[in-house]
Amino acid sequence: MRDVAIVGANMLKFGRYPDKDVVQLASEAAINALKDAGCSIKDVEIVVSGNLYQSNAMIGQRIMKEIGATGVPVINVSNACATGSTAFREAYYSVASGAYDVAMAIGSEQMGKMGLLGAGGGGDRAYNTEGVMGTGLMPGVFGQSGVEHMRKYGTTQAQFAKVAVKNHEHGVHNPYAQYQKETPLEEVLNARVVGWPNTLYMCCPTGDGAAAIVMMSADKAKQFTTKPLWVAASVLTSDPYAPRNPTMFDINTVTRIAAKEAYAKAGIGPEDLSQVELHDCFATAELLHYENLGLCADGEAGRMIDEGATKIGGKIPVNASGGLLSKGHPLGATGVANIVEIVGSTPGAGLQGGTGPRHRPGLRLHDQHHQEIARPN
Amino acid sequence: MTQEATAPTKNPILPFIRVPENFPDEPAYIWGVQCKACEAKFLGQRTACGNCGSTGPFEEQRYSDEGEIYVFSVVHQSVPGVEAPYIGAIIDLKDGISVRANVYGLDPLKPSTDWFGKKVKMYAEKVATDKDGNDVIAAKFKVA
Repeated sequence: MRDVAIVGANMLKFGRYPDKDVVQLASEAAINALKDAGCSIKDVEIVVSGNLYQSNAMIGQRIMKEIGATGVPVINVSNACATGSTAFREAYYSVASGAYDVAMAIGSEQMGKMGLLGAGGGGDRAYNTEGVMGTGLMPGVFGQSGVEHMRKYGTTQAQFAKVAVKNHEHGVHNPYAQYQKETPLEEVLNARVVGWPNTLYMCCPTGDGAAAIVMMSADKAKQFTTKPLWVAASVLTSDPYAPRNPTMFDINTVTRIAAKEAYAKAGIGPEDLSQVELHDCFATAELLHYENLGLCADGEAGRMIDEGATKIGGKIPVNASGGLLSKGHPLGATGVANIVEIVGSTPGAGLQGGTGPRHRPGLRLHDQHHQEIARPN
Repeated sequence: MTQEATAPTKNPILPFIRVPENFPDEPAYIWGVQCKACEAKFLGQRTACGNCGSTGPFEEQRYSDEGEIYVFSVVHQSVPGVEAPYIGAIIDLKDGISVRANVYGLDPLKPSTDWFGKKVKMYAEKVATDKDGNDVIAAKFKVA
């Protein structure tokens, strides 16, 4: 495998764009990323487009028609909450493998006010099982995962709530976040419950957004930048068999095996990280991932948030961007945007000068869950 | 036998619930299969074993109607038409298989870690009528 450099990166501010369609949003991010890289669409040899809910609408090809239909291969990927990360990975491997020298990953989603994830229909079932045979809604699923941590380690709702407090504090500094508003602990705990123990402010907002990244081989990157940012590893896993899974989604093991493999490939350990962006779709998830990513020992996540170790300025800042809780979670865009955040590129600023106050040089680790919505129960 | 004047068919909401002909006199139950190769248990029928990949044989199992709460969430915001709040739990059945289910007999407005390990018992209930007029039967759990 060859070294792969990130040469251009961009994300749009997440939010609601009722006057634009998803292709326009994605195209805007793609053009900005190309500008950031100092290249044009004519330099791009392969495009991978991540989009979940409209992936059957050939978003990738439509983006190319909008920004320059050069005839290169276009792949549409759909992989639940890991859709954007998977687009990045496929683009990364297309260069790492030696098949292409310049690849672009684009993530996009337009959800509007779509509401609860996992509320989709039950296919050809006679009747929806939600609320009758337990819950498959994401707030419930991630609520259960948090409750499992409570059961194992005595973690409290207030400790989970502190994740929302921290990430919303961070989000205030991020102009690309959907929400820039602090939520003190009392406010988080007193907000209406969505799926206990997660209250409203412990759930990420849905919305619209797009992000794009241009990657190049080492030789090619030299033509466009003097400061290439190298990708240390990109790992995708799926959840292995466990006696309770798939009745209960196991968000932990899948993340643990991905992290272990990523650390091994990068030749580092969690102690070497200076910054982490992780998938805090719900406040409960973030604490679990401290342990899954090896940022602390099992059972120590509650203490870690209590001590402020994951705040900006702490031992290992987590979600300095404000996380999904502040930024929003337009599904297909999220994984790409998390990498953009680590790259530290902001529109017009470029890789060379785009680091804001919340950025530190570091390696990105974004857990790549595969959260199957199609469920057996 | 004529078709007329027969009671509506009772259909399980999910394939791993079996509803006997003379339900409710004969209780409905949860069933599944066990892989003979690795002993992994599953709800309902399998194409192959999700653990070891074996394509069989599988042994059919009638699972217990007794179990305990492993974990839960209380869902307050649900899909349109579904009454909330409700307790959505993962129930560990006695046989070492888990099922996703609603739990009744606890106050959803007072979620508590005391609920861990609480013994529950399955009961079957009509929850809807499908578009053909048949009864839809679900498995629910109440505190034992």
